[in-house]
Amino acid sequence: MGRYLVRRLLQLVPVFIGTTLMIYLLVWKVPGDPFAGKCGDRGCPENYRAMMTEKFQLDQPWFVQYATYMKNLLQGDFGTTWSGREVGDIIATAYPNTLKLAAMALVIEAVIGLTAGVLTGLRRNGFLDNLVLVSTLFLIALPVFVVGFVLQWFFGVKWGIVTPTVSNEMRLTELILPGFVLGSASMAYIARVSRTSIAENRRADYVRTAIAKGLPMRRVVGIHLLRNSLIPVVTLLGTDLGALMGGAIITEGIFGINGVGRTVLRAIVTKESATVVSIVVVLVLVYLLMNLVVDLLYAALDPRIRYE
Amino acid sequence: MSDPSAASIVSTPRPEQLTEASSPATAGPVGKKEKPRSLLGDAWLDLRRKPLFWISATFILLFVVMAAFPSLFTSGDPTATSLSRSRVEPSGDAWFGYDVLGRDVYARTIYGARASIVVSLLSVIGTMLIGGTMGIIAGYKGGWVDGLLSRIADIFFGLPFVLGAIVILTTFNGATSNNTAWQIMGLVIASLVVLSWPVVMRLMRSSVLATKEADYIVAARAMGASTTRIIFKHLLPNCLAPLLVYGTIMIGSFIGAEATLSFLGIGLKSPVVSWGIMINEAQNYLRPSPYLLFFPSAFLVTAVLSFVMLGEAVREALDPKLR
Amino acid sequence: MRVSKRASGAIAMGAAFALIASGCSSGNDDEGGTSANSSDGAIVVDGTEPENPLVPANTTETGGGKIIDWLWTGLVEYPNNGGAPQNALAESIETSDSKVYKIKIKQNTKFHDGTVVKAKNFVDAWNWGAYSPNGAQNASFFADIDGFADVNTSDPDGDGPKKAPEPKAKEMSGLKVVDDWNFEVTLAAPTAVFPTKLGYSTFMPLPDAFFSQGAEAFGKKPIGNGPVSFVSWENNVAIKLTRFDDYNLRDKMKIKDVNVKIYQDDTAAYNDLVSNNLDFQQQVPVSSLAGDNWKNDLGDRAISSTTPSTGIIAFPIYDKRFQNPKLRKAISLSVNRQEITDKIFFGNRKPADSWANPLTPGAKPGNCTACQFKPDEAKQLLAEAGGFTGQLKMYYNADASHKDWMEAVAGQVKNTLGIDAVAVGVPTFAVFRQNINAHKMDGAYRAGWQQDYPDVENWINPLYVTGGSSNDGLYSNPEVDALAKQASSAPSLEASHELFAKAVEKIDQDVPTMPIYFGGQQSGHSVKIKKMELSNVGELDITSVEL
Repeated sequence: MGRYLVRRLLQLVPVFIGTTLMIYLLVWKVPGDPFAGKCGDRGCPENYRAMMTEKFQLDQPWFVQYATYMKNLLQGDFGTTWSGREVGDIIATAYPNTLKLAAMALVIEAVIGLTAGVLTGLRRNGFLDNLVLVSTLFLIALPVFVVGFVLQWFFGVKWGIVTPTVSNEMRLTELILPGFVLGSASMAYIARVSRTSIAENRRADYVRTAIAKGLPMRRVVGIHLLRNSLIPVVTLLGTDLGALMGGAIITEGIFGINGVGRTVLRAIVTKESATVVSIVVVLVLVYLLMNLVVDLLYAALDPRIRYE
Repeated sequence: MSDPSAASIVSTPRPEQLTEASSPATAGPVGKKEKPRSLLGDAWLDLRRKPLFWISATFILLFVVMAAFPSLFTSGDPTATSLSRSRVEPSGDAWFGYDVLGRDVYARTIYGARASIVVSLLSVIGTMLIGGTMGIIAGYKGGWVDGLLSRIADIFFGLPFVLGAIVILTTFNGATSNNTAWQIMGLVIASLVVLSWPVVMRLMRSSVLATKEADYIVAARAMGASTTRIIFKHLLPNCLAPLLVYGTIMIGSFIGAEATLSFLGIGLKSPVVSWGIMINEAQNYLRPSPYLLFFPSAFLVTAVLSFVMLGEAVREALDPKLR
Repeated sequence: MRVSKRASGAIAMGAAFALIASGCSSGNDDEGGTSANSSDGAIVVDGTEPENPLVPANTTETGGGKIIDWLWTGLVEYPNNGGAPQNALAESIETSDSKVYKIKIKQNTKFHDGTVVKAKNFVDAWNWGAYSPNGAQNASFFADIDGFADVNTSDPDGDGPKKAPEPKAKEMSGLKVVDDWNFEVTLAAPTAVFPTKLGYSTFMPLPDAFFSQGAEAFGKKPIGNGPVSFVSWENNVAIKLTRFDDYNLRDKMKIKDVNVKIYQDDTAAYNDLVSNNLDFQQQVPVSSLAGDNWKNDLGDRAISSTTPSTGIIAFPIYDKRFQNPKLRKAISLSVNRQEITDKIFFGNRKPADSWANPLTPGAKPGNCTACQFKPDEAKQLLAEAGGFTGQLKMYYNADASHKDWMEAVAGQVKNTLGIDAVAVGVPTFAVFRQNINAHKMDGAYRAGWQQDYPDVENWINPLYVTGGSSNDGLYSNPEVDALAKQASSAPSLEASHELFAKAVEKIDQDVPTMPIYFGGQQSGHSVKIKKMELSNVGELDITSVEL
């Protein structure tokens, strides 16, 4: 186990380099001059572009730029945006917000998804099962901006139940609605996976034995069935955190949350490679570490899977 | 969420399969005796009895015909604009009304089926093939092959979907490119596949990991079955079920992802029509003209539901434990 | 011009008429109490993240431009009602020949760091802005001044390997400090409109601190001389401003704090506005305009105004297919502008019928004959021009809400002329602009123009004169050039306007672009604001706000 962990941690290094290199190349490949669109319909003067190009070394070959960036990164310097702001500062303010939002989404999708999954898994093909199926599918099928807009309009503006946008303090109650919107797509997966898992284990021998022993149904479901069915769900939730953080772009925009998603989107469009790479690097690190944790969880939860 | 990278369904190890050495799926090949029915024949007999299967299959057939021959359903032109009938509500003349540019929403919805169905279906098939193959190889071979493939998948998975899509599509589908509608569709499909295969790969890999230690695999290997045979005869049928469930749901999220790409101006472009494009166009008029959102969404949800129901029915037919 | 970078509301530009917020002027019984509250009151207004450090000569987008307009007061100011400019910081601006200007500034006004605003602060600031190695975005505004060519050199081969040569001088010979309160500006050629330009943010003074700190550091904590001073700037969150108590010019603040909240999405801001969590939004989102929802949502808090801006579709005249004026006129005549403003903009914008926006001083209304809808004449002209082969592409940048109206225009051209016209979205404004700058467009493309300073000159010289800074379609007509040159150097504004009107007649025959609509702005304020006005370009005049 110890050797496995060390090996996995060592494997993070090439992945880290590979990811930064690939993202750097991709951003570099995005067509368009980053400074051409900065002056409105008037167009930018040649001298402005020349000065900015030189300042950010964009006239250098890409590998020189990448090497410079990596050298600074290893010294803890994330670089600056085109407007001269420290990317490190942006990450420091935006990341906690996205993390809070993603954590809220995770909690909501886990609670709703699991409840729906367990209820439908126990009574398959009933009315409730079909209702949950249809409503979760609806959430997957409709683009997130539609879901977000409709819910924000009714809950936030029309009925005034919550504030329509999230303030900078990121209060917990304000995050419920955006958390729901962000988690809505994954909610359906959680419900489906836990439903399948419960339905299968429902027929397992140990459940039959437990019922035959005369245990009350609540105990059978709560202790035996649930615990065994949760393994795939828990691992699914584990890796979802990283995905939620990277996927919050639209939700953050709708609810006015100053998170990394919007920052990345804007930075891509303006080819601000320092910002894109830095934010994505942190995202990838979160994702890789969560992955490692999940893989370790497999082994811990399911003795049939071994890592040597 | 229309972002497939957010839709991670990563691990559904299916421990029960390990103990189910006596399922029909495995009994036959191991014994190499005469088997009463093949796995698929068995599933087909089972499927034929399910109303769910017939309903969803009918719908899918309908959508496929719609995608192939839209003119069978409507004589209208989906791109003809006329501002004089801008946002005219649904009526007997125009069942679904007209959009803000005065285009017939019914004709657009019918013609929209093609792009939406083709893009999502082909992307899912591509994702399944690439991700599934990589997953089986990684899970079955293990060792350094697994390590290498998993790390490559990590790199692609860590990449935010929007970033990857913007780069791929703006590079090949930029402003001055003269791509035809089919070429653009191909590019959209390619970017969806490139950015989504790691999810399927992880899913497949964990299934294979859980299955390959099973008695019947060990037995088959002991009897000298070739790797190809083990993979196609034993591993694949047993690992397919979670993939099918995921794939059918993925069709839905890909239709939405196509909408997001169109929204960003890098996906399908007019005059191509898709449900995603229609939903995007409707969003500014959600309050005064909700029917603009309703009709494409209704078709989209029906299509997604049909695929999921079909997947569900097939999965249950393939999985003897749920009979 | 300044362009809004917000993803969906991007036609947000400005409003020309001073507007008194409705439902605020009367019936307020506790006047005393209100004004007491008002003087330490705070408001939250919407904004976008500035794209550059906040340096006046280097800001061209609305997010930062609005902050700069609030932080600084220039030599002249543009009245909210769109009228002729008035002296603000200038005591007097005198000239006898429109070539040499003697400028006297008011004594003992202060920068926010306590230093006194002197003549040299202007001269130094302008020299900095014009000096090409500093790369200021607005450097071309100083081109009127004698000696500009010596401080501003350009790259001889565009993007090629050669660099622009080092300028010969660091300071423009046309600028001379007389004493602390007087300086003299000599122009390269007589320019009657020069004093009008002086209210534009490029011409703001800079304190000594700017030169000791450097532009970038200064831009993070700008020091201006206006009615509010800078407090803090938190990235993507908020920019905080507070009243500058030592301010002694006309427009003093009536409230204390202004908090500019940065929104990524204008719908989010709008929902805050409806719920009174936001005190002012300059442009409500497109989604709220449909069906006049915004008027229902906001009631008497809704403000409708017009802006000196025009939505234009320009032709790439460097492309052979677009070189026949008859063809261009045919296309322009086939667009039913009234229908577009009614159906796509819900009457919130007006169909364009003149080449310069009619809100601009000196602009003649209704002088665009090519802006009418005449399908029969259009068909005939197309036939005379020999038709059009291939697809007529009409490009727009898809990162702002231009899709609907561009598709409507393409649809009308297709319906009227039978040409295969399609609207094509370009993903980002940067790529869009890059292709336009490089003269690589193979179809018509969206443009927009908002005046920088209120004079018709700003609508002709940059857009339709050979070599004009925004003449991206490379339109060139020697007659227009000659008339515009004559007009620019006319001794008086009246004479200048007459000559520009003649130039416009020539332009009208050539149809180098198609004006489509005149800008309109739909804003809203919270119940908290009892009184407010919009500036000539539609920004909130924060000094007018009363709670």
